[in-house]
Amino acid sequence: MNMNLLRLFNSRKATAPVARERLQILLAHERGLRGQPDLLATLREEILAVVSKHIQLDPDKVTVRLDRGPAVSKLEVDIEVPNNFEHEVRGNRRVGAV
Amino acid sequence: MANVLVVTSGKGGVGKTTSTAALGAALAQAGERVVVIDFDVGLRNLDLVMGAERRVVFDLINVVQGVAKLQQALIRDKRLENLWLLPASQTRDKDALTDEGIGRIIAELRTKFDWILCDSPAGIERGAMLAMRYADEAVIVTNPEVSSVRDSDRIIGMLDSKTVKAERGERVTKHILITRYDPARAARGEMLSIDDILEILATPLLGIIPESQDVLRASNVGSPVTLNNAASAPARAYTDAVRRLMGETVDMIVPTERRGLMNRLLGRRAA
Repeated sequence: MNMNLLRLFNSRKATAPVARERLQILLAHERGLRGQPDLLATLREEILAVVSKHIQLDPDKVTVRLDRGPAVSKLEVDIEVPNNFEHEVRGNRRVGAV
Repeated sequence: MANVLVVTSGKGGVGKTTSTAALGAALAQAGERVVVIDFDVGLRNLDLVMGAERRVVFDLINVVQGVAKLQQALIRDKRLENLWLLPASQTRDKDALTDEGIGRIIAELRTKFDWILCDSPAGIERGAMLAMRYADEAVIVTNPEVSSVRDSDRIIGMLDSKTVKAERGERVTKHILITRYDPARAARGEMLSIDDILEILATPLLGIIPESQDVLRASNVGSPVTLNNAASAPARAYTDAVRRLMGETVDMIVPTERRGLMNRLLGRRAA
């Protein structure tokens, strides 16, 4: 059957351009990170150390996420603190919301 | 002077072993002295694809550990007298491979052969690292598919940093070999095009191997595709690739199946 006729009945769009664009964005990021220590792990560790000076934290309750976009990326830091954390402040210092 | 060439990809199942066998045989057919080494310890398959599985006595790890001499482990191809195979071990742990041991074997092979082809295992672990470690050249086998292209990019990064050549401030000569390519699907925009892949990986092209039943037929009977059916589309593509490896300038075309009259009349397409 004629290829154009086939395409008429079959309204699927070409997916190769999507593949190319996704790869270009992804690899630009991965090449930048190559050979460097794991950025997210380092960030997580250091954020944990800073916050732990003031609040007792469960290390498992700190998550760092990176959402990569074509122009900018979003870095999300999620820290779960216990509800009574203000009473657990070390050295009698009050700490506001993080 | 001997050339150490690693056939690698990162991703599994893209055609490293098929390509190693086909390129090795085509080089030997061109009169070069060739040895192909299987680095996939525990999952060896180059012996099977080359039809030598029943003649394996000693393997790479036996030689690394000094249990066998190199000459005892090398298997001569039954069809081409200047093609040899150094099989991987099927049972031993891959940690038995050492950098020092592989370096010693490659140095010895350099004195006896024109081409030393290293068939890398998938992944980026020890076997894959050692397969590329002493390479002068690399063939990066890539399918027109996102995960394969991404892994090829990663492997290119490693070739530029983890090889002996890279550590000396030199460069491993890199080539992309695109396998399982379907020109019709690429034309319909269903498959990454050659230009897309080359632009993303920024590495020169060695050849385009079309998707073909002849590849499976050849491995079924244990014969490199360039020997099994030299007139087939993939065999011609591998032969062209080898001529480029040897420095010739060959027009880059995608060989197509030569379809018989009945197939044409029935409008049957190549699978």
